[in-house]
Amino acid sequence: MVEQLDIDLLDLLEKNGRMSLDMIAKTLDISEDEASQRIKKLEQKNAILGYSAIANWSKVLDYEGVTAMIDVKVTPTRGAGFDKIAERIYRFPEVKAVYLMSGAYDLSVSIQGKTMSDIGRFVSEKLSTLESVISTTTHFILKKYKHDGVIFDPDDDDKRIVVSP
Amino acid sequence: MRTSLSYLSKKVAELQPSGIRRFFDLASTMEDVISLGVGEPDFVTPWNVIEASYHSLEKGYTAYTANAGMIELRRLIEEYLAEQFNVRYNAEDQILVTVGASQAIDLSIRALIDPGDEVIIAEPCFVAYAPIVSLAGGIPVPVDAHAENAFRLQPEQLEAAVTNRTKAVLICSPNNPTGAVLRTEELIGIAAVVENHDLIVISDEIYAELTYDEGYTSLASLEQLKERTLLVSGFSKAFAMTGWRLGYVAGPSEWIQAMLKIHQYTMMCASTMAQHGAIEALKNGRESMLAMKKSYKQRRNFIVNSLNDLGLECHRPGGAFYVFPSVKSTGLTSEAFAEKLLQEEHVAVVPGHVFGKSGEGYIRCSYATSLKQLDEAIKRIQRFLQRL
Repeated sequence: MVEQLDIDLLDLLEKNGRMSLDMIAKTLDISEDEASQRIKKLEQKNAILGYSAIANWSKVLDYEGVTAMIDVKVTPTRGAGFDKIAERIYRFPEVKAVYLMSGAYDLSVSIQGKTMSDIGRFVSEKLSTLESVISTTTHFILKKYKHDGVIFDPDDDDKRIVVSP
Repeated sequence: MRTSLSYLSKKVAELQPSGIRRFFDLASTMEDVISLGVGEPDFVTPWNVIEASYHSLEKGYTAYTANAGMIELRRLIEEYLAEQFNVRYNAEDQILVTVGASQAIDLSIRALIDPGDEVIIAEPCFVAYAPIVSLAGGIPVPVDAHAENAFRLQPEQLEAAVTNRTKAVLICSPNNPTGAVLRTEELIGIAAVVENHDLIVISDEIYAELTYDEGYTSLASLEQLKERTLLVSGFSKAFAMTGWRLGYVAGPSEWIQAMLKIHQYTMMCASTMAQHGAIEALKNGRESMLAMKKSYKQRRNFIVNSLNDLGLECHRPGGAFYVFPSVKSTGLTSEAFAEKLLQEEHVAVVPGHVFGKSGEGYIRCSYATSLKQLDEAIKRIQRFLQRL
């Protein structure tokens, strides 16, 4: 039950990181004190790593940025497997995500840059030159429809009649 | 020439329009309304259900189905009722797929009620019960569930309402508009009254999936009532499929076959594309349903705690997606409260008296709306109460 409360709390905050303590407490039927203590504990054990907004950058007129997903084939190193090379990649601040994948390639690297040539430079100068990297395939994202469970430009008008029995 | 009105059947001319209508008309003219007046989920039907229905259309399933509904769907309903509610019906002759639970109630009454028969209706309740009984020539006999019992009808109250003309009892638990869920011992008490007086029960269990606390018992699962009960349910509330108009009724074969006779002459069958969607809902819709249920529970907690904080006393309902707070502390009638709140703060609620006499002094707030909207509604209600 206690575990379940933490799960429900994380669930609420993951959907809305700005939910007020009052609303969290009322929704989970606990006191504000308990809610605040539980949040603190979750933060301490890094179950909550931070709070951020889900930005739709395309709504900001003069923002021009590009995101690419890069499939990377690598040679794993003795003793450290893929972890060492993954770390060498994820330490770059422009890298937004790194996943170890099953299938045709090993690492999936998501990277954000200002321009396509920014990303081209990263791939040719930094990524490909790493010793264990065998090959890279770069895919540019053209349009975001849904990201982290959130639909961009949703049609969320309430289609119900205002009052019904 | 007589006036057009004078040609109407007496039954229909005497029928009162629903009290909800007026609020609908009023609220529809306003912008920026936050509506807690909606009796249906805010969620859109789960995508896999929509997709399955699309697919059925693409494949050309556009013809009538069997009058009782597709046998595949009825078999799934049979399994579902057994697994979830411990009630056993045979898909071949004891389950009928209808156009919403509303049609199921209409068919039940038409098949079982003769003119002059009394039907006891536990109020506050869904606005359609009494009119459906009246249209069939029956006499609706309201029995008020009281606030001090958190709006759960007590067996003694039922006993006191029985006369030698009583034929049937119509009960809805979890309840619209109060959210009350009858306890097992109350159901057993009700069953005893029903047996003693040789009555039948129409049990509207459309909200059965949406219960949030202790276990739920289906009235139809009581062995002593099995041969006396029609279980009415559907896909609207649990699977967010109100617009699909798909319900069902299960009960003794002779009754279901009698209802099928009416259904085949007046409706043919429920919509084919909706039946294909319902098949998917029962096969693969449970996870989505449970996710919606979890949201409802959180919203219920939020709105009950918030309304009580504001001084609008409110019991914690065990099911459906309605709370039924008292507005007596404001000195206003339900109607005046709801109208003033709508005019001044653009929050729509439904005055309790439209659901029956015992609803006077209460309002129905639906929490089938996002937490964000509920939060805004509570802020507006708070502002409103401070001005009173």
